[in-house]
Amino acid sequence: MSTSDDPPPEAVDEAVDERERRDEDPGWLARFRTEIVDGQTLLLTFLALVTALAIGAVLIILSEEATRETLTYFFARPGDFFAAAWETVGGAYGALFRGALGGPRAWSETLVSATPLILTGLAFALPFRALIINIGGEGQFLGGALLGGLVGFGVTGLPMVIHLPLTLLAGFLGGAIVGWVAGILKARTGAHEVITTIMLNNIMILLTDYLLLTALFQRPDRPDPISKAVAGSATLPLLFGAGFRVHWGFVLAVLVAIATWWMLERSTLGFEIKAVGHNPRAARFAGMNPDRIYWLVLAIAGGLAALGGIVQLSGVQGRITPGFAAGLGFDGITVALLGRSSPLGVIAAALLFGGLRAGGLAMQADTQISLDLVTVLQALIVIFIAAPALIRSLWHVKTRKESGLEATASGGWSA
Amino acid sequence: MKMEMRGVTKRFPGVIANRDVDLVVEEGEILALIGENGAGKSTLMNVLYGLYDADEGEVLLDDQPRTFNGPGDAIAAGIGMVHQHFMLVPVFTVAENIVLGVEPTRGAGRLAVRRAEESVRELSDRHNLPVDPHAVIEDLPVGLQQRVEILKALYRDAELLIMDEPTAVLTPQETEELFTAMRALKDQGTSIIFITHKLGEALEVADRISVLRGGEIAGHTTPAETDQDQLAAMMVGREVDLVVDREPATPGEVVLAIRGLEVVNDRGQLAVKGVDLDLRAGEIVAIAGVQGNGQSEFVEALNGVAEVTGGSIELDGRELVGLHPKEILRAGVGQVQEDRYAEAMVAEFSVAENLVLNTWDAEPYARRGVLQSRTIDELARKEVEEFDIRTPSIHTDMGNLSGGNQQKVVVAREFARDLRVLVAAGPTRGIDVGSIEYIHERIVAFRDAGHAVLVVSTELDEVMALGDRVAVMHGGTLSGPYDAPVDRDAIGLLMAGIDPDRPVTASGSAEQPPQT
Repeated sequence: MSTSDDPPPEAVDEAVDERERRDEDPGWLARFRTEIVDGQTLLLTFLALVTALAIGAVLIILSEEATRETLTYFFARPGDFFAAAWETVGGAYGALFRGALGGPRAWSETLVSATPLILTGLAFALPFRALIINIGGEGQFLGGALLGGLVGFGVTGLPMVIHLPLTLLAGFLGGAIVGWVAGILKARTGAHEVITTIMLNNIMILLTDYLLLTALFQRPDRPDPISKAVAGSATLPLLFGAGFRVHWGFVLAVLVAIATWWMLERSTLGFEIKAVGHNPRAARFAGMNPDRIYWLVLAIAGGLAALGGIVQLSGVQGRITPGFAAGLGFDGITVALLGRSSPLGVIAAALLFGGLRAGGLAMQADTQISLDLVTVLQALIVIFIAAPALIRSLWHVKTRKESGLEATASGGWSA
Repeated sequence: MKMEMRGVTKRFPGVIANRDVDLVVEEGEILALIGENGAGKSTLMNVLYGLYDADEGEVLLDDQPRTFNGPGDAIAAGIGMVHQHFMLVPVFTVAENIVLGVEPTRGAGRLAVRRAEESVRELSDRHNLPVDPHAVIEDLPVGLQQRVEILKALYRDAELLIMDEPTAVLTPQETEELFTAMRALKDQGTSIIFITHKLGEALEVADRISVLRGGEIAGHTTPAETDQDQLAAMMVGREVDLVVDREPATPGEVVLAIRGLEVVNDRGQLAVKGVDLDLRAGEIVAIAGVQGNGQSEFVEALNGVAEVTGGSIELDGRELVGLHPKEILRAGVGQVQEDRYAEAMVAEFSVAENLVLNTWDAEPYARRGVLQSRTIDELARKEVEEFDIRTPSIHTDMGNLSGGNQQKVVVAREFARDLRVLVAAGPTRGIDVGSIEYIHERIVAFRDAGHAVLVVSTELDEVMALGDRVAVMHGGTLSGPYDAPVDRDAIGLLMAGIDPDRPVTASGSAEQPPQT
C-alpha cells in the first residue's frame, strides 16, 4: 500500500465518529483553545479588524456634535450627513494611521508601545498552549519591575555589559517567582490558576504600592510613592539615538518571541508542553509529568511578562510609580488571542495594538476624539476574535470542516 | 411494523457515507446490520432516526413513505433506539427513568409516581422483561440497565427497535438473556435492527443479516445460508482468517512477577484486590473480564499511573512499583492503553509525533533537549510502511485517521522500542477486522521472538484467540491462569463471578497454580 493514498472516505467518517463517540466533553476551554489556535484564518482576523473599525466609525459619527447635527435634517439633505460623517471618520482614522505609521517618529512610537505587549502577550500565549490560563500577566509584570528595578537602581558601579543583563535577569526572576507560585499551587493542590493568578495580581499591585514607600525603593528626596531612577548602566540604550524613543528592548522582545517559538516547536520541552495541553492523561501514560509542566510553564510565562516589566522600566519609564503596569499585563491576553496564541502571531498582534495606541494618542491630539476609542476598538477586535462564529455569520464565511462537524454534532452514537 | 429503505444516499462534503442503500425489516423480524467501523451503519441509522436527511431515497414505514425532522418525529412514528451508552439518570429509579419526558401527572404538574410504577410493572410483565420499578439505576448491573433502556423505548410504543451494539457491555450470560428477550419481543411483533460487529451473535439471533461495506450494501443473507468466514469476507471484501495461526508457546524464564498487587481507583476504592501472576518469556497470558472489574486499574498500575497500595511488580527482578511512568517505559514495558483516544494518543499531534509520544526525549529522537525531526520522520516513514498505516502523510493529524490506523500507530510505537514485555489492554478495541487480524499476527510474532505478552481484553474471542494461558478478572481478583485451550462457557461464568464447577482447561487438566 502506498502511503500517499488519500484516506478512504470511511476513515474520515469514522474519525469524526470517534470524536463524537467520546463520552467526556473536552471542555469549553479546550474547544476555545482549538477555536483560537486552529480555527482562525487570516481572513477571519482581517474581517474582525474591518468589523471593529466599522463599528468604531459609527461610534465616532455618533459622538461628534457636528455630524449629529446634520442628522436632524437628514431626510431633507442626506448629503450633508454623509459628507460630515466621511470627514469626521476619515479625519479620525487618518490621524490614527498617521500617528501609527506616518513617518519615522510614528514608527518609533508604535514600536515602543508594542515592546511590552509582545512580552506580556507571550506570557499568555505560551501557557495557553498547555491549556493553562495565565491571567497573572499584570502581577508578573510588576514582579519583574520590582526585582529588576532593585538591581537596576540598587546596585551601582558595574559596567553596563554586566549591570544591564543582571537587571534583566533579576526582572525575569521576579516574575518567574510570581508565576511559579500559581503553578506549584495548581500542581500540588489543584488550585485553579485563573483564581490564583488573579489574586496574585492584587497582591503584587498592593505590594508595589507598599514597597514604593519603603526606604528600599522610595526616592529619598520625595514624599510621594515614586522609586529611585534606574542607573544609566542598567538602562536599555536607544536604537536610533536621542530623536526616537524606540530602544533595544524591542529587539530583545522579538528575539524572546523567536526563542519561545523555537522552544515550542523544536524542543522536547515544547513537545511535552503541547502534549500535556492537548491530552494530559495520554501525556502521563507516555511518561511525561503534567504537574512539572504546570509549574514550569507558569514560571516561564511569569518570567516573560516580567521581562515586559523590566524592559518598560529600563527602556522607557526609568522609575516605578503606582499604576506602573497600566493594564499592559492584561492587554497581553488580548494580544495573545489576536495572535492565535503563536509567538510570531503575538509579534504581529502587538505591533497592531502598539500602532493603535501610538496612533490613538495622535488622534486625540489632532481631532479631540478620545483615546478611549482605541480601547473600544481593541475590545471589539477581541470580541470578534474570541467569537469567530459571529464574524462567520456576519460575513457568511464557511469553515472547512463545518459541514462535517455539524453533521455529526447531533448524533453521538455510532454503529 | 415493517420498515423499508429504498435507495438511501447520504453525502457529506467529500464523502459519500451511504450509497443507494436498500434495507428491509419485516414486522416481527430481527435484522442484524453488520459492518466494520466506518462502514456507514451509524449514518444510516441516523437517517432512520431522523437525525439526518437523506440526500436521495426514501424511508417507508408499513409501506407509507415518511420523513422525519428529528428524533421526536421518529419516536412518534414508533421507532425506538437503545444506545450503546445508556441515556439514564443514575440517581433516578427505574420507573422514573422510563417515564422521563412523558411523565403521567396529576393536575398542577405533580408526578403520578404510583401510576408510573404500575404502568412500568405492567409493561415489564407483558414483555417478560422483569425489573424492579423501585430500584435505583446506579445500583443495577449493566444488563438490567440495558433492559430499562429497552423498556423506555417500549413505553413510548416503539414497534421498531434499533439496538446499537447492545452486547458490547454484557457478559456472555447477560448476552444470552438479551437474546431471549429479543426473541420474545419479536414474537410479539416488534421489529428489531440489531447492530453489531460480532459475527457469531448476528448468526445466532438474527432472522436475516445485511452487510454494509464502504457505505454500500455488500449483501443480504440469512444465518442458514452463511457462516462466520463468509460474513467476514463480505464485511471486509476479502477472505479473513478469524483464527490466529500459531505454534504452541515455548515459555522461558519468568519476566514479570506480580505478587499480591492491590490498587486503589480514583474514587479511593480498592479495585485490584491482591493479584498474583507470573508472565514468562515467549508466552501470551490473556486476561478476560467484563469492563469495570479492576482491569483498568490493574493495567494502570503496570503503567505506573495508578496508586498501588500493596504488593509488588518485578520486571527481571527489578521492582516497578513506585517508579515514575517514564522509568517503567524505559525499563522495557511496552504499553497499549485501554482507551486509545484518551490514553494512547494525542489527536492533534501528527502521526510522526505520536510515534515518538513516549520516546520524545530519548536518543536518537532528541539530543540535548532538541527534537531530531529528521530521525523522527525516518522512523515514521519506516513504521507507516511496515504496519501499513493508511495515512495521507506522516504529518497528518492523528485525529484524522480511522480507529484501526490509529491503533496501528500505537502498536507500531511500542514495537519500535526495545521491549522486555508488552502489556496490551484491548489491543483491538473498536477497530476493523482487517486491522485486528494484523495486530494479532504481530502480537503472536512478538511472542515467538521470545518476549512476554500480557493481553487484557473484554472481548472473549480475542482472549480465546491469543492466550497461551487465560485468566479471568472479576471484582478485582484473578482466577487462573488456565492453560489454553480453555472452555469458553466456563470462562464466561467466571467473568460473571460464578464458579463454573467444572474444569476450565478444555482438555480436562486441573487448574494451573500460578508459578513461583
